[in-house]
Amino acid sequence: MPSSVAPQASMTSAHGRPRHASSEAAQDDGSTRWKTCQYTLRLADDALVSAQRMGEWITAAPQLEEDVALGNIALDLLGQARALLSYAADLEGTGQDEDSLAYLRDERDFVNAQIFELANGDFGLTVARMLVTSTYQYALYSRLKDSTDATLSAVAAKAVKEVDYHRDHATQWVRRLGDGTEESHRRMQQGLEDVWPYVSELFESDDLVQSLAADGVAVDPAVLENPVRAHVDAVLAEATLERPESTVRHSGGRKGVHTEQLGYLLAEMQHLARSHPGASW
Amino acid sequence: MLTIDDLGILRDVTVLEDGHVDVSITPTYSGCPAMDAIRADVVRALADRGFSDVSVHLVLAPAWTTDWMSAVGRQKLLDYGIAPPHPRTGSAVEIALSVRCPQCGSPDSRELSRFSSTACKSLWVCTTCREPFDHFKAI
Repeated sequence: MPSSVAPQASMTSAHGRPRHASSEAAQDDGSTRWKTCQYTLRLADDALVSAQRMGEWITAAPQLEEDVALGNIALDLLGQARALLSYAADLEGTGQDEDSLAYLRDERDFVNAQIFELANGDFGLTVARMLVTSTYQYALYSRLKDSTDATLSAVAAKAVKEVDYHRDHATQWVRRLGDGTEESHRRMQQGLEDVWPYVSELFESDDLVQSLAADGVAVDPAVLENPVRAHVDAVLAEATLERPESTVRHSGGRKGVHTEQLGYLLAEMQHLARSHPGASW
Repeated sequence: MLTIDDLGILRDVTVLEDGHVDVSITPTYSGCPAMDAIRADVVRALADRGFSDVSVHLVLAPAWTTDWMSAVGRQKLLDYGIAPPHPRTGSAVEIALSVRCPQCGSPDSRELSRFSSTACKSLWVCTTCREPFDHFKAI
């Protein structure tokens, strides 16, 4: 969806500050509270966008069991997103809630990494992405559960067990498809090639996250790179797949810069809430 | 009847001096869609017993594990036809334990699908009596 209709004055939303409430939104005052809010939004948007993509597979996966599996994985991610969005809303303290953050923010206010928003494409791409992102989330949450922030610690302690299972599920698929038939191998390899340019963004660090990491609140994504790549490399080797040699590195999601595909995802996800404001079950 | 206490979902109930009842519940999985229904049922059950001033809140820490499930809860699951979770080993070595069929008791079963009707279960089939069944996953 075009975001260029938003007033120029509020284009500072690169930090994820919801534009629609810009007059009352928490300002960047450099406080730990403000930084924690932005950091929490990043994790929340990763989980929310990922849940939406996984959910799209229901009725379209290669097997009935996989419809159920991806649906359940989506549900776990949605639950994580809800807890994180609610916490971000509390921290912001301007009367937002999980729903307004999910449904009423524009594309440029979302701060998920771009890998989560890529269209599902072939099942090979979905599996390749699931391997990378679930391994990333496992490495992240297994460290974030020791956060000095009690809420982030609690959410992470719960989420780590869930994403561990997702990682296991993805690992099994990569082995099966990579070391399967010529066709499955080719499509699994293609999926890896397609997602690879988006992998390095997951490990990008910045001042905000480094300052929170120094206080023990956040996990600096840079420390996750080695453990994540080690697991992924081991799985690829077992699955007779090649690690792509991509030199292209897409980036910008944490600043609200996204691929074209996020707009379409949000249009579908947000349409009902925006067309019928305040509607409830 | 399997209760939320049997499952370890009910964490605490406090009755304050002014009659206010505060109930703490915890989800099995982050996205458990039953939480809203459970919350509504708690309010209704208390209302039926004359407690109208009730708050129900969700707690995440410490995270729920299948070890919070009582022995009675496990037996009730089994009686209902759902294979209860194994105790968590916490072992560094991954070992796959066989899941006993809740229908015929045979340990000779295999996993059909790692996910089932809900996030907390996987789908199995008994090789002896051929019946499919749900298994509550240990987490």
